[in-house]
Amino acid sequence: MAFTVGAMAAGSVYLLLSHNLVRVLFGLILLSNAANFVIFSAGGMVEGAPPLIAKGARDLAGVHANPLPQALILTAIVISFGLLAFALVLVYRTYQELGTIDSDRMRLAEPPYDDQDIPEPENPHRIHVRDAARRVGNRVDNRMSANGSDPA
Amino acid sequence: MTESLILRTATRLLLSLMLLFSIFILLRGHNEPGGGFIGGLIAASAFALHSIAFGPAAARQLMVIDPKALAAAGVLCAVAAGLPAALFGDAFMRAQWLHWGEGEATFHVGTPLLFDIGVFLVVIGAVLTIVLALEEEDV
Amino acid sequence: MSWFLIAPILVPMTTAALAVLLWNQRPAQRAVSACGAGLHLITTILLMVQVWRGGILAGQMGDWPAPFGITLVADHLSAVMVLITGVMGFGVCLYSLSDMNENRENNGFHPLYHVLLTGVTGAFITGDLFNLYVWFEVMLIASFALLALGSEKEQLDGAIKYAAINLVSTVMFLIAIGTLYGLTGTLNMADLALRLPHVEQRGLVTTIAVLFMIAFGIKSAVFPLFFWLPASYHTPAVAVSAIFAGLLTKVGVYALVRTFTLIFTSDVAYTHGALLVVAGLTMVTGVLGAAAQNEIRRILSFHIISQIGYMIMGLALYTPLGLIGAVFYLVHHIIVKTNLFLVAGIIRRLTGSMELKRIGGLYKASPLLVVLFLIPALSLSGIPPLSGFWAKLVLIRASLEIGSYAIAATAVLVGALTLFSMTKIWGEAFWKPHPEGPARTLGIGDLTATERALLIGPIMVFAALTIAIGLWAQPFLDLATRASGELLERTPYIDAVMGVRP
Repeated sequence: MAFTVGAMAAGSVYLLLSHNLVRVLFGLILLSNAANFVIFSAGGMVEGAPPLIAKGARDLAGVHANPLPQALILTAIVISFGLLAFALVLVYRTYQELGTIDSDRMRLAEPPYDDQDIPEPENPHRIHVRDAARRVGNRVDNRMSANGSDPA
Repeated sequence: MTESLILRTATRLLLSLMLLFSIFILLRGHNEPGGGFIGGLIAASAFALHSIAFGPAAARQLMVIDPKALAAAGVLCAVAAGLPAALFGDAFMRAQWLHWGEGEATFHVGTPLLFDIGVFLVVIGAVLTIVLALEEEDV
Repeated sequence: MSWFLIAPILVPMTTAALAVLLWNQRPAQRAVSACGAGLHLITTILLMVQVWRGGILAGQMGDWPAPFGITLVADHLSAVMVLITGVMGFGVCLYSLSDMNENRENNGFHPLYHVLLTGVTGAFITGDLFNLYVWFEVMLIASFALLALGSEKEQLDGAIKYAAINLVSTVMFLIAIGTLYGLTGTLNMADLALRLPHVEQRGLVTTIAVLFMIAFGIKSAVFPLFFWLPASYHTPAVAVSAIFAGLLTKVGVYALVRTFTLIFTSDVAYTHGALLVVAGLTMVTGVLGAAAQNEIRRILSFHIISQIGYMIMGLALYTPLGLIGAVFYLVHHIIVKTNLFLVAGIIRRLTGSMELKRIGGLYKASPLLVVLFLIPALSLSGIPPLSGFWAKLVLIRASLEIGSYAIAATAVLVGALTLFSMTKIWGEAFWKPHPEGPARTLGIGDLTATERALLIGPIMVFAALTIAIGLWAQPFLDLATRASGELLERTPYIDAVMGVRP
């Protein structure tokens, strides 16, 4: 259990450090689920024994997991569902308005100073793709013009 | 919105079943597993299914009431469930019960039921507000 | 008894629901919103009176006995925070009636505003850690939506940063709660205070304390964790940023004060020592950040951070006088900061911008605004006889008393630097003529009568409060003394919660 939580937390930190807001969002989801597991393990785990009092009995018989943390988790899940749904809508709206999900390129609220040196934020992969597309496009153009000139 | 005949036919059947089941779960909730939250989710998914099959506009028409208003009404219900305790000098949210009949056949109605109905409405309203808003964005 | 406690939470909750039901009827919505805020103010006053007369008030919701059910508690600190929430809530609500544009009102400003008030009030009154978490979330989701309301590009940008960091802090809080529950088996704050000393793993307790410190630290924007605040607070509508500036970070501070006086007091040398360092750094970075800014609301945002440092300093000193200072500072700061943001809103109205380079000429155009700006601005930097002077005086004396000369010197220095950036706003916005000619600056007389009443009215009342606290400081000091006494004594609080049996 501890290892699971650790792995989830590590993965979420990796995702949170990304430029890509969608990844950040996934990181948050993973992190909040890791937190739920922490609470879950705090309540103790017993296999196959739901903490329900049998009919007619006054108390729980035998060893049971503490049900309260599970109620807490339920609340936490509901809340994080709401928050994350909102965050998703927010990211989506931002994408529509700003046309990017790269957090480094969002400098509207805190505009850089005139003399501030900002590294070129454009995603290098995307440049390659665009260059490639341009190259392919050129080739197509050449061929078309070649085809066009043939009958003449 | 997908123009799938199978989905549309199935939705017509499932919608009423799911709504009925959600109310069953809601009423069952006090003493057995179930309750307003899970019932609300089932009802919300029924409407969400309808909106996937027939489009968000049709789902809004089917619901009659705006989901936001539904959620607000739910909050009011839940608050109202806490208030009757004031009449009897108890603390906020202390359950108040009415009993009809005797023995095994006693029928209990109380403020926890009102609270559960409130939760039911809030869940339907909140989930559908988000779902419909996201679906309408796509069109 | 418990109805006094629940009323300040129920009123804004009901108002929010009613405002949603009136979704497309703008005049009715505005009326409901204003009435709800007024009623909220009344309930908070009633609560304050109750606590002032009868001491700590505790109530068990649903009559479930203390460690099991949800407890609401109001000691003097909670009551005064709730009262100030009511005052600010009402004032800013009136201001917003004139300040909000139609688009924002149609998209649900009023319901969200009252949900925010519900969350803030709930967080101040609750006596249960998990319940505190729930109120934090109520507050948070309302603040996300308010921040993004209107969907301008800058707003969305700010809201993304705000949302991401605050969600992380939420998760931290949740993990801390889970671990604490695993350790003690309770989440009732008074019960925790009783049980925690008997826990054997001392190291784990300190670890959890630090987790809480980080979680609340993000919420209250202390030194290494403050970057979300200046990124987002200057983007939304003026009324929204005013209420955020006044209340949101202070809820974080309140939570810190509550947990680090009631629950985590076992390793004071370590936890409060760390807090003291954080406080000093927060003050310095905040004020230096402000000096570099050229937009009024961004300057003010950085000042929030530096002022948070003072409050944390009072808590970190952990002496009676230090806590008196912290409580006094909280109250003073909420009023002054909200007021400054409101004044900034009027400046934008009259001159068309908040960029210092693009405005000016206000001194000639509207002498009344000069007074209204000077009162909170001078109070913020701690000029006698205004409220900020007493707050700073108490804190600095408290630090001298226990020989922390470094932090005292920092506090004095930061006060002077605060004055510097206030004079910057003064010089640019008021003295200098407007760059586009004097005709570009309107006077207050150019506003309509309703606008004047709704915009200037709250500012005047808040300014009057600032002066009142400055000139008749004694009753407020009494209140702060009582509050700090309760915080340090602990047993009355615990007895009030655990002793109440149905």
